[in-house]
Amino acid sequence: MNGMSTVVKTVARWVIGFILLVGLWLVAYGHLSPGGGFPGGVVIASGFILLVLAHGGRSADRVFPRPVARVLDSVGALSFLFLALLGLWVGGEFFRNTIQKGSPGRLHEVFNAGIIPFANLAIAVKVSMSFVVAFGVIAACRLRAGGAFESEEED
Amino acid sequence: MTDFLTVLLIFMLVSAVAAIHMRSLLSAVIALGALGFASALSFLALGAPDVAIPQVLVDVVTLVILIRATLGRDVKTTSGLRDTSGIALSVALLILFGIFAIQAARHLPPLGHAGMHAEANKPVSLPPGADFDPAAPSHFYIEKGPEVTGSANTVTAVLLDFRGYDTLGEATVLFTALVGAVVLLRKRSRSVPSLPSGAGAPSSPGEGGAAS
Repeated sequence: MNGMSTVVKTVARWVIGFILLVGLWLVAYGHLSPGGGFPGGVVIASGFILLVLAHGGRSADRVFPRPVARVLDSVGALSFLFLALLGLWVGGEFFRNTIQKGSPGRLHEVFNAGIIPFANLAIAVKVSMSFVVAFGVIAACRLRAGGAFESEEED
Repeated sequence: MTDFLTVLLIFMLVSAVAAIHMRSLLSAVIALGALGFASALSFLALGAPDVAIPQVLVDVVTLVILIRATLGRDVKTTSGLRDTSGIALSVALLILFGIFAIQAARHLPPLGHAGMHAEANKPVSLPPGADFDPAAPSHFYIEKGPEVTGSANTVTAVLLDFRGYDTLGEATVLFTALVGAVVLLRKRSRSVPSLPSGAGAPSSPGEGGAAS
């Protein structure tokens, strides 16, 4: 993939900052407003996918290498599991909300709700990197006419 | 409200049929995206923005992008007729799932009432004026959720605190699917050295000792 025209590349460069900002907002305010780790992660991943589609696979790999995405995917999954095990170690129950319970006066503040924002962050990292890796894997193996798969050398 | 949902439902049915019958693959994908967007609009009309956002993202954005990126540039149209046995199987499955869906819909709470009934196999009959059954667990989530978890968004409180196991399983499913896709679609197969002839020959002393 060599990317698209200059118009697409320029508009993608303008827009990607806003896309990532919306994704981070959905993640950070997931326990206050509609959103959360999964939608925020998908928004962030679609920003990266836009980068790949506009600039082509090779230049996108220079900005954000695919092995890094694979490692971050595992890091997100393991940190979510670590948060669940933290409840087991500290509070005695799997998935116990250990850090801080909410108090009614601070209900609408960002740093509240114990492990929930951190779990949102872990899920966002996991989901976004999963979609990036899945897009890379699927786009590298395009479906040709007649139903045969043909691999394109990208790694 | 109900009229709007009916219009959306008709639109969804039309776009689903259009997605099947269009010969251009790009048009079929766009029709699928319209179906997903109408579904997201219906979620939004029912007051569930937490479901509508992932619906828009996954069904419209990601599905269209993924399918469009997967198809090569030389695949433009579909061809070939479906055989009669496939159509017969589709109709039979449609009738079967229709029966299940009608049976399940009898146990749903009425439109606009939150919370499930406490007893699973009983049609819902709420007292007039009550929004939910006080004995159901969802009653506890709605009433005490912000106070117990500190999360103002009750959906997030349910997903990450009350039902954290569910989210962990969801993440596991995504991870497993991704590992499967990466392994199946990789370009270089891992070079396998010549296997030992004996089936039970241990590859390393420690593993062999542990297995036997």
